[in-house]
Order: sequence, then C-alpha cells, then structure tokens
Amino acid sequence: MNFAATLRIALLALRINKLRSALTMLGIIIGVAAVIVMIAVGNGAQARVEDQIKSLGSNIIMVLSGSMTSGGARGGSGSQPTITEDDAYALNREIDEIQAAAPSLRGSGQVVAGNANWSTVFYGTSPEYLQVRDWAVIEGRGFEQAEINGAGKVALIGQTVALNLFGEANPVDQVVRVNKVPLTIVGVLDRKGQNMMGQDQDDIILMPISTARKRVLGSSRYAAGRNVGSIMVKTKDGANMAEAEARMRELLRQRHRLQSGQDDDFYVRNLSEILQAQEASSKVMSLLLAAVASVSLLVGGIGIMNIMLVSVTERTREIGLRMAVGARARDILTQFLVEAVTLSLIGGAIGILLGVGGATAIAEFAGWRTELSGGSIVLAAGFAGAIGIFFGYYPARKASRLLPIEALRYE
Amino acid sequence: MSEALIRVEGLTKDYVMGSNVVAALRGVTLSIAAGEFVAVMGPSGSGKSTFMNLLGCLDHPSAGRYWLGGQEVSALSGDELAAVRNRKLGFVFQHFNLLARTSALDNVALPLLYGNVPAAERHPRAARRLTQIGLAERMDHHPAQLSGGQQQRVAIARALVNDPQLVLADEPTGALDSRTSVEIMALLQQLNREGITIVLVTHEHDVADFAGRIISFRDGQVIEDRPNAAKDAAAAL
Ligand SMILES: Nc1ncnc2c1ncn2[C@@H]1O[C@H](COP(=O)(O)OP(=O)(O)O)[C@@H](O)[C@H]1O
Ligand SMILES: [Mg+2]
Repeated sequence: MNFAATLRIALLALRINKLRSALTMLGIIIGVAAVIVMIAVGNGAQARVEDQIKSLGSNIIMVLSGSMTSGGARGGSGSQPTITEDDAYALNREIDEIQAAAPSLRGSGQVVAGNANWSTVFYGTSPEYLQVRDWAVIEGRGFEQAEINGAGKVALIGQTVALNLFGEANPVDQVVRVNKVPLTIVGVLDRKGQNMMGQDQDDIILMPISTARKRVLGSSRYAAGRNVGSIMVKTKDGANMAEAEARMRELLRQRHRLQSGQDDDFYVRNLSEILQAQEASSKVMSLLLAAVASVSLLVGGIGIMNIMLVSVTERTREIGLRMAVGARARDILTQFLVEAVTLSLIGGAIGILLGVGGATAIAEFAGWRTELSGGSIVLAAGFAGAIGIFFGYYPARKASRLLPIEALRYE
Repeated sequence: MSEALIRVEGLTKDYVMGSNVVAALRGVTLSIAAGEFVAVMGPSGSGKSTFMNLLGCLDHPSAGRYWLGGQEVSALSGDELAAVRNRKLGFVFQHFNLLARTSALDNVALPLLYGNVPAAERHPRAARRLTQIGLAERMDHHPAQLSGGQQQRVAIARALVNDPQLVLADEPTGALDSRTSVEIMALLQQLNREGITIVLVTHEHDVADFAGRIISFRDGQVIEDRPNAAKDAAAAL
C-alpha cells in the first residue's frame, strides 16, 4: 500500500470525528506553541545580551572602589575611594592578559556652548578609554599624551551632546564650558546608542583625567590625590577572563598592601557576567514555558494514545475486513501510526502558528525581545511528529496484531 | 473434472475456552474443483462458518492440511496468507461489511489498495466491476444510501475486483428478502458461468438449490456430499 493512500485513509478517519480529533490535538497545540515561544524568548534574551556586550566592547572587566574596613564598620561599594589612577597604569603595565585599562573620574552638570546649554555626564580618563570601549573618534582627533599629562583644556563629545549644543554644525574646535571651565572640542565620538539600562551612551563628554581632577571636579573627594571612581579594563582577545581577574585581584591586593586575612577593598566585576545575570531572569520565564511545554506535550501524547486505542477498538471490524481483503499486519500498523502522526503533526502545525503569533504578541505588548528561528520551528514540528510515533505505536501495534477472523467477528 | 482447486485433508478446528474445548470441525476431507458452485448446508453450530474461515485463510486449523490451487496454505505465515487472500480469494459476508462513509467505488477498490495495483488503475477497475453488476449509477453512494441488495452487490464487486479464483460467501442472502436473494444468486450463477469457483454457506434449501453440489455438515463433520441439478436463478426471477 502506498503512502498517499495511507494518508488519505488517515485524514478521512480524523475527519469523521472532527471534534474528537481537535480536542486530542489540544495538548500538542499548547505544547508546541509553548516550545516556540520559549525558544523565541530565550533567543531574544540571548541576542539582547550579545548586542549589549558588543556595544560595551567585549572582554570588559570593571574595577570599582570597595569598602575600607575601619574598626569593624564597612561601607558599601564606592563609599570610600580606594583605587587610584596608578592602579590603572599598573594593571596596564604588569598583566599580560590586559589589552588596555582606563581609569575614570565621573562627574555631571551643566555644559554650555555659546548660548546653548545641556545637562550631561563627563568622564576624566586616559586615551585607553576609547580602546577599552571600542569607541572611534569620527571627527577630529583623540587626546594626545601632552594633554593627559598637562591637564589640557580639551574634550571629546558624544553625538547627543554635539546635537544639543551645536545642532548640525561641526563641533570640532568649538569651545564648551564644563563647570565654567572652557574646553576646546578636539573630536566627536561615534554613535553608540543605548546601554543595557536604557541610558543614552552618546550623552557624554570625555576629558583628560588630569583636567577633570585639577580643573573641573576641584572639590569632589574622588578628585583628591590620585583616586579614581573606577577602572575599566579590556582583556586581550582569547585571554582567559577568570585568569585575568585573578591576577588583577592579586596585583591590586599587593598594591593596596592588604594582609592575607583582609577582604578586598575593591570590586572586580566581569561585565558579561552582569549581563548574563540579567539574562537569567528571562531564563526563568523560558524554564516556566519549558515546564508547560513538556507537560502539555506529555498530556497531548497520552491523549493521542488514548484516542487511538478507542479508535482501534471502534474499528476492529474495519481492521478485520481490511485484513480479509489482503492487508498485512504492517499495513494496519502503518495505517494507525500515520493516523496518530497526522494528528500530532496537524496539532504541531497549529501550535507553530499559535507560537509564532504568541511570540510576536509578547514582543508587541510586553516589550520583550523575542527572536523566532527556523530551527525552533523545525524542532517543534519534529517533536510533534516524534510524539505521534511514540504514543501512536502501541495502539497501532495492538491493531496490527489482531487476528483477521477475531477482528471480523468482533461485535 | 480438472485438478482440484481446493483440497482439505482431516481439517480440524478446536476452540479452546479455558478448560472447555469445542470441537467445531472434526476431520473434514474433501476437494472442490475449479469452476464448481458448491453450497454448504447444515444446522446452526454444525461448523459451516468455521470451515469457510479456514478455506478463506482467515484462521488456522488445529490439525489437517489445506491446499489451494496446489499450494499448501496451512503452512503459510500471516503475511503470506494475507497475500493469498488478496490475490486468490474474494469474500462475501452476511452483513456486507462495507466501510461506512466510504463510496461504493472506494469500497470496491479496497483490495486493490493492498495488492500493489497502481493508483491510476484502481478506480477504473473498481468502476468496471460495479458497472458489470449493474451499479454504475451508484458509485459515489455511501453504503447507508444503498438498499441491502445493492450493498451486497457492492460487496460482491469488491470480492471480484482482484480477479480471484475462489469466492467464499457465508450466508450472503441471510440478511436479504427472498426476491433479492434470488437476484444475488442469479449474479453468483452468472459469475460462476464466467469461470469463478464459488463456495456458499446457506441454511435455506431454496438458496442451495441454485448450486451444482451440496455438502451437508453436522457436528463438525460432512454427513452428505451430493451433486445437484442447479435451478437457473435468472429464470426464477
Ligand atoms: N470463536 C469461537 N470460540 C469458541 N467457539 C466457537 C467459536 N466460533 C464457533 N464456535 C463454536 O464452534 C461451533 C461451530 O460454529 P460455526 O462454525 O460458527 O457454526 P455454523 O456457522 O455452522 O453455525 C459452534 O459450536 C460454535 O459455538
Ligand atoms: Mg455460521
């Protein structure tokens, strides 16, 4: 017996009991839809994290000021400045895995150019900063070493600041006043877009760290001595991040003269780890959907088995007749197996449509990023088919093992 | 007559039900030549259906041997028996056994589905058979839309579609009124004249009278086997 004929018989049998077939498919439909949505949400979260890692620059490790233990009282992260500009230079110099380490001093306030003003954040940093963040200067130039050493009155500005202060005009060689200190704009930074917190990364002004310390942030305690708020480190491509972190920690502990029993007075944070922690929250959602999916698929499979067993019993005389006119056991087996698989595949197809719709709706209404993939659709369809085969096999085998005469005589 | 189409030797069937053994057939030996029209008679429970089921390769004998067209079928496997049923045999049942919600045409074509007949040939062949038995206008009808006599004709067309050597009919007129019964018998006689061997079970003498040989069963044994001067069913209509 050929496949087209078998399929036709299966479709006919399913059509005769439309409602029953539809109800039987329900578990598969829900299960497959959940699989599709689950994978779309998971992939979306993954893609979001990857994009953010890309926009931050890859292989980033942050060093933040920690707490100084003094008389048992500990402050939170950054409550006391503990890391210095020189720590950054030492990291650069002494750890092979590090490609660049940039100290930064952060400030914020009004900036003025001509009669335009804008509220923004600014960082005093070293030329390595652009390297660490994979950030290009698209107009003008970056800082020169003389400007770093001599607190040069120069600045690089981000796209948002440029737009708000100068509109379409070229900002290079214009003057911007930061905390009333006039700085000459030597370059404009490339567009970066939003970061993982939804902040506009182009709303920024960069200046040499010495300029920030001596001229702009005069009164801040962070600006005292050689302290910095944070050091941003980029490791070399292919470097072992864990190794790099361990060596950084060791070097910093040495430089800070910490005894072996003492806690670190700084924090080392791997940025992709932070992002992955965020991804974990969407993984919880994915896991929940996976649970729903597997329960539905299991229930759907059992439903198919149940209905197929009922169908075999109802159609015992039909089976007997088919055997009488020449159907072999394997023809009967194939017929009922194809029927079960058809049932599960139709359910799977409806589930795929529902899942694609659901993923789109989640993106639309919940604002989650979802990413549908052809692979997940193939996977879901394959799953549905496998369930049909797995749960359809027992009833089909039962049908095929009937004896012709007993099946024919069945009342 | 020529070489036997059917030959059975000591054919025996016991039904074991727990500690109870029903000896439905107790050593039947006979042969039927190609082209015969045989009526099997006997009281209810005498083993007629059991005998027919064995002839039809639908069941295995408990003992004894059976040759169909020279081939010993009592030694064949399930799949081989299915092939024998498909190619050499046609069945007509008392209650027609047509597939519901399936057209007359598809019902007739059913054996072709299992006989490796190309899809393009199945419907034309089924249609030819239906036309031959006078149901050309009813091909698209479902069994529920046909009378009992028409349903039995469809079943006969189905039995013939594979060009079998032997048609086995277990009480084919049992569910029909007497006039329709005679019509069905006329059809079977016509097929027999065209060369098909027919073995038919009936408990009505009027029906058996259309056959050329009458075998009588009692308690699982043949008690009488005699030729019969067959009446012409077409003339009796
Ligand atoms: N499947 C079966 N299981 C047990 N006993 C059976 C079965 N089929 C038939 N019999 C018994 O075998 C005997 C012959 O039955 P059967 O061949 O159907 O007779 P008939 O067709 O002549 O009426 C009867 O006693 C019947 O009860
Ligand atoms: Mg009987």
